[in-house]
Order: sequence, then structure tokens, then C-alpha cells
Amino acid sequence: MYSRTYKTLVAVPPLLWVSLFLLLPYALLFAHSFWLLRDGFIVHQWNLQNYRALFTNPLYLQVFLRTARIAASVTLCSLLLGYPLAYYLSFHAGLRKELLYQLVIIPLWVSYLVRGYAWKTILGSDGVLNGFLQYLHITHEPVSFFLYSPFAVILMLTHIYTPFVFLPIYAALEHIPRPLIEASQDLGANRRATFLRVILPLSLPGLLAGATFAFLLSLGDFLAPLLVGGPSATMIANIVQSLFGAAYDWPLGAAISVCILLITISLLFATERLEKRWSFK
Amino acid sequence: MSVAGAISRQNAPSSCASLLEIRDIAKRFGPAEVLKNISLRIAPGEFLTLLGESGSGKTTLLRLIAGFEQPTSGQIWMSSERLDTLPPYKRRVNTVFQNYALFPHLNVRENVAYGLRVKSTPKNEIAARVEDALGMVKMRDFAGARPATLSGGQQQRIALARALINRPQLLLLDEPLSALDANLRKEMQSELKTLQREIGIAFLFVTHDQDEAMALSDRIALLRNGALEQVASPREIYSHPATAYAAQFIGQTNLLRGEVRGDCVTCGAIRIYPVSSPDGPATFSLRPEAIKGILDATIGTPYMKFKATIRQQIYAGATELLEVDCAGQLLRVRVPAGEPLDGEHEFVFSPRDAVRIRD
Amino acid sequence: MTDIKSTSRSPLLAAYSALVFAFIYLPIVVLILYSFNRDGVGGFPPRHFTLDWYRQLFSDSAIWDSVINSLLVAAASVALSLTLGLLAALALDRANFPGKALFRRLVLLPLILPGIITGLSLLMFAVFAGMQLSLFTVFLGHGTALISVATTELFAGLQKLDRAQEEASLDLGATPWQTFWRVTLPNLKLSLIAAGLLIFTLSMDEIAVTFFLIGRDNTLPLEIWGRLRRGITPEINAVSTLIFAVSVALIVVWYRLRARSISPAPRELIETS
Repeated sequence: MYSRTYKTLVAVPPLLWVSLFLLLPYALLFAHSFWLLRDGFIVHQWNLQNYRALFTNPLYLQVFLRTARIAASVTLCSLLLGYPLAYYLSFHAGLRKELLYQLVIIPLWVSYLVRGYAWKTILGSDGVLNGFLQYLHITHEPVSFFLYSPFAVILMLTHIYTPFVFLPIYAALEHIPRPLIEASQDLGANRRATFLRVILPLSLPGLLAGATFAFLLSLGDFLAPLLVGGPSATMIANIVQSLFGAAYDWPLGAAISVCILLITISLLFATERLEKRWSFK
Repeated sequence: MSVAGAISRQNAPSSCASLLEIRDIAKRFGPAEVLKNISLRIAPGEFLTLLGESGSGKTTLLRLIAGFEQPTSGQIWMSSERLDTLPPYKRRVNTVFQNYALFPHLNVRENVAYGLRVKSTPKNEIAARVEDALGMVKMRDFAGARPATLSGGQQQRIALARALINRPQLLLLDEPLSALDANLRKEMQSELKTLQREIGIAFLFVTHDQDEAMALSDRIALLRNGALEQVASPREIYSHPATAYAAQFIGQTNLLRGEVRGDCVTCGAIRIYPVSSPDGPATFSLRPEAIKGILDATIGTPYMKFKATIRQQIYAGATELLEVDCAGQLLRVRVPAGEPLDGEHEFVFSPRDAVRIRD
Repeated sequence: MTDIKSTSRSPLLAAYSALVFAFIYLPIVVLILYSFNRDGVGGFPPRHFTLDWYRQLFSDSAIWDSVINSLLVAAASVALSLTLGLLAALALDRANFPGKALFRRLVLLPLILPGIITGLSLLMFAVFAGMQLSLFTVFLGHGTALISVATTELFAGLQKLDRAQEEASLDLGATPWQTFWRVTLPNLKLSLIAAGLLIFTLSMDEIAVTFFLIGRDNTLPLEIWGRLRRGITPEINAVSTLIFAVSVALIVVWYRLRARSISPAPRELIETS
């Protein structure tokens, strides 16, 4: 039905643009990771020194593990908050479902910075939380680990990503045909058994999608540590960012970025395969 | 036969002890009254069909028995125990859903075994009973397949096996054949009937297709706008419909209206006698196949005769449906297919075939 | 007809969900509250109501300059992303070409990759191409990264489109070009507006990619970010509150549109019988 001209006309511009402004930049990043910084200049000499540095210097591994731990914690907490919320909305909210859904979506549209800043003002030594606790005489001194700690980063990122995790889970739950749940009960399974045997398995693709999203974006986040993390919560992306700053060590920064990129792509690949297996079309 | 008489008949079913008793059930959804004071008994081993149009309440009634809705008022009893207070998973009732509702993430064997697994039945017993159930619906070869790979007819059999393996006392079927094409449907109807006879469980079958209801049922409960119009065997409903609605919903009919005087009633240009009915205005149902052309007269005496002009002939293979005009009154006559007919002809029928119905 | 009441009650789950909601909204509520607090951002409870911070905000020209910059970039990004996104969606929906699978993944990559990676890559590209970092490079970054949003949204809209409508148009004598303008595009109107709103919002809020592509002129998020390094004042609360208010307004609009253009998740409704 569509002529060759039509198809060429629609495919070529985005292909060209994406090749020029996405493919090429990513390729440049990749290339830089194999180059060197010498005497303040980037030398186009192909080598594996950057990667070697990454794998031999324990600092990078340490930061990377911390980042992975933080990202995993964020994912877990977001799931613990987001799944029950999605379940409640889908199965128990009745008429108020639409309104509640909108309420969950709203924070997604509010600036990341605004929300991060809010936590900063809440968690600080003279922040709202400490003020509140002292007002109620629960504590008598400011608690310092609220802010500038991995705890704060996890808290802030969980806050950011819970709605993100909520969305695909909610969509998956809504897609479960209600007759399946009735059939399960009809066959003798009570609510708990029905949840474990029917609802949970069928919601796994959504759960996986949400978890992947939260994990990968937390992994590469550099703003949260700068806002609320402090030096004890430096994440891998902060190292990259500082390498691109005064240090001007683009090659090393590029190498780390490539590692993050590879992890992202492999994780995406793996979850895509899993999702296909679990989607039972 | 009065309507009250027809409905009271269902209070005396073939067996003495009824399996399921629906007492005065009413169901409201907001302002809408979907079921109004339904009382019905189902005998053990009976094939009862709930027949009606969309909106008649038949599926709602089914869901009330299955446990997915709660009655607004009234009670449901099964084998002398109260049923409507139990959740669905505690009722000895299983459902075959309209779109089968097979679990997509389980294969055929796991789907069928589901009801046994949730009750922690021992593994070897499950395996044996699953084999049995699959054999009963002739789907043994598909044990490892996923539902998505099966055809509609195959899915339907699995849904049946999955329900029956639990040995329910009553099986509910919610229009299970409506998604199948015509030939497959006829085949499945016959299989269902045979299966039901073999197993001996009561089936409560919901459909809007009157042919299907007549073919399968021991009794038909005709529902209209949430109320029972008539409950009787297919033969009884067909030959003695209680109301105009029943007469027209099941099969086709001609409705003749007139005034009864003594033992005679005149409906337009057609006179019927003898009739044993109280005087006054009355409506009679006369089936098209009860009317014959005068040349085919194998009607005994007495017979009624009228003249009518043929307006249309609708060919249907073995028979034809003639639309005839008798002095302004339009009637349908079903005759064996023959030569194309035209003009004015004489028709006869036996007065016994004119059944008085309630308006 | 299904039962209008929810199928069951679960007070425990309801309470837990309420807590989750509280968690999601608490920081924002605190933020708004303290934007009216005379004594600054911390401490409890807020004691003195004032509008001073808002007054200070309105006379802060740096902020408003950055707002205008952000608006410019956002508007331009919407135009670019929608156009290329529409073409990409059409291509993915209707054409087969070598590298299609790769293209699809590539287009969607910026959505899932941490912004820093896309930002750095584009920085390297800008340097490679000899570009001066400025609002223009920011625009290139946003526009490119957000093509994925447009493509996803418009692709879904195309899937909903009844192919028979286009066939009918051709059958009645319209050329493919006319069919596109008279049939395809009007049917995509809601998807286009929804996508546009989303891209606009994401561009206004974008930090990670912008961080590496910014020149002398700041966008709003980066202006705020810069101030955060200097010290916190409730003026930032004030501007954040305003951002929140605008976001809520936009999302209400977006949601209304989406509800009209994309049908709710399919559930098998029980027939009225």
C-alpha cells in the first residue's frame, strides 16, 4: 500500500539524523575510551590503558560496587512501594481508580531537581525532619546521617523512581483479564493462592520493566549524590563527571562510560529475553 | 396452560430432592433491577438451560450461583446447605467461562491440574486424574501445549476438563459455544450432551440461541428482563408456550387475536372452534408448520380453513416459508418445498394446534 | 454488567497505599509550605507567613532569563522531536529497510541510558564538529534525546489507526500525500499533542544531558542548580512551587487528551446478560 518513495521519504530523515547525532556521538565515546590523555592533550593513540586502569585500581571497583548496591536498594524499595500501590489501584480502588492514577502520575512531571531539592531541605541538620523530631522531643540533637549519606541518596532516588516502577506494573495488572481471576477462585484457590499463582506471574513482565528502568537510571545518576549524597556516597557517574571537568581526562571518563553503557545494554538484552518468555502471548 | 401453571411445574422436577434451589433471588446494579424474584430448582443430573436475550439476566444469575456476585435479596441453597454466603472457592460448583479463561502462563496439563493443586492433592493422584480428564475430552495429545497455540474448540475442551476434574456437583457453562463457528458448534453440542449423560452431573447452561437450548436441554428456563417467562421441557415450551414472548422467542409463530364467545373465537377472517377457554379477548399461537395447504391435507377433522394470498416465498432447502395475506392479516406458513406458488390458496389447520397464550 | 463496587476490601492494603502516597507527596508539600516561611528552609514548624520570597523571585532577572532560555529550547525541541519522531514512527510502522531493528533500538536508547552518557557523547560530537557550546547545542541534545519519546507515543497512535480509513481515502481518489494530511495526521492529532506536552515538560526539566552541553546561557534547571551550590534560600522553594503548579496544570491537560486518544487497558468485560 505504501510506495517506495513514501517509505524512503519517511525513513531517511530520521535515519540520517539518528546516525549523525546518536550513532556517531556514541561511536566517538567508544573511540575516546581507547585514546589517551598526555600532557593535557587527548592523544589519538589506540590502547587499552584506560580499561586496565579501571580493572586494576581498587578505587573504581569500590565505587562501582557501592553504586550497584545503591541502585539495587533503590530498585528494591521502589518495588516494595510501587507494587502494592499498583495492586491496590487495580483491584481495590473501584471508582476512584482514575483519580488515584492521576495523583500517582503528577510527581513524575514535577522536576527531578525540585524533588531532590525538597529532600535536601528536609534531611539537613537544620532541616525540616530534624526540626520536627526535636519539636516532638524525640531527639535533642540534629541527626546527621539523614543527609550526605548513601541513605539520603537511596531515599531520594526511591522517591523519584517509585512512580516509574508503578506505571508498568499497573499496566500489566490492568491487562490481566478478570475472568482469569474468577476462574482461579472458581477452581478453589483463595485470594492469596490466586495472587501467587495467577496475578504475580502474569504481572512479571511489568515488574521486570519497571525494575530495569529504576536500576539502570539509578546506576548512572550523578545528580543525587551531588545534592544529598556527600563524599561517602560518590557514585560511578560522579567519577565520570569529575573526569570530564577540571581533570580533562576524557579517555578515562569515556572508558567508564562505555562500561556503564555495556552493562545497560546487556541488562536490557537479558530482561528483554526474559520478558518475552514470561509474556505468554 | 396458564403461566402460573407453567412456572409451578418447575417446583416439581423429575427427582424428589433438588440439587440447587434458588429462592426468591433479586439482583440490583445501582438503579437497575437485573433479576426480579427468581425461584428455580435444579435436579441432580439435569441439563437445564437459561435461555434469553442480552440483558435478560441469565449470565448474572449464573454468576450469582458461581459466587462472583452477591444477591441483593434471596437465597441460594445447594444440597440443603446455604450456598450464597460462601466465597467462590468454597463452592462445589465449577464454571466454564465464555472465553475459556485458560491461564496463559500454564500449559494444558497445569491448567487442568490447577483445581487439584490448590487443594494440595498428592502428585500421583493429580497425574492420574489429569490423564483421565484429558481423555474424557479427547485432548491427551496436547498435554504439554500452551493455550495460546490451541484452536477455539480445543481451548473449550480444556476449559471443560479443567472444570470437571474437580468433580463439582453442578457445572455452570456461560455461552461456551458462542465463539465457535457453526459446524464446530453443532459438533460440540452433541459431544457436550453425550458427556453430560455419561458423567451424570447437573449442567446449568446459558445461551441466547434457542436451537441450542432445544437440542441440549432437559428443561429450559426462559428469562426475560430479569424474570422467568416459562420453565419447561423443550417440547412443552414449543407446543404449549405460555406467553407471546415464549411463542416467538422459541421457533416462529403466528399470533391470532380475537374474542372468545362460547366455544368459538374469530380472529380476523379466521375462525377457530372448538376452543375451551373463558369468554373474552384472547391471543392464540399457531405455528407455521401446523398450517398446511389444502392439497396436502392429512389433517383429521375437525379442521379450520381460510383463504389467503401468497406474498412471499422463502426457500429453505427441505421446506419453504410462505408469507401469506389473509384479508389484511399476515401469516407465516411452513410447507414442504415444491413448485413456486402464486395467487390465492386455501389453507387448513387443526384447532388443537392453536394454543391460547397469555397476553 | 459488572458489579460497580470494588470486588473486595482490604484495609491493610489501603493503609499501606495511603502511606506510599504520603511518601510521594510529603516532600512537595513541605517544599510549598516553606516557600511561604519567613525564617528560611529548615526548622519546624514554619512560623511566619510571607510572600517575600515570591516577590524576590519576580524581581530576579537571572531566573527569568533562564526561564526564557528554557522555553526557547523546549519549543524548538518539541518541533524537532515531533517531526523526526513522526517520520520514525511512520517508518517503523510501515516500511521495511535494512537495519530496521538496529534503528528501533538506537532511537529508544536515550530513553533508558543514563543521561550522562548521552550528554557526554553529544559533547564529544560538538567538540569534534567544532561547535561552540550554547543553547543551540542544548537544543540539539534535547531534540535528539527526546525523539524516542515522540516515536513511542506516535507509534502507539499509529497502531490504533484503522488502516481501512487510509485505504478508503485512496479508494476515493486521494493521493498518498493527500491521505496523509486529510486522514493520517488528523487521527494522530491527540497523540501529537500528548507527545508534544511530554517532550516540552521533559525538556524544561532536563539536567543530565544539559549539564554537559551548556554554554554561557543557563536553562532554568541549571540556573537553580548553580544557586544550590551557593546556598539555599526559600526563593528556590518559591520557584519550585511555581514549577510544581505549572506541571500539575500540564499533566491535567495531558491526561485529558490521553484518555481520549488511547483506550483504557483492555479488560474482558462481562456482557450484559
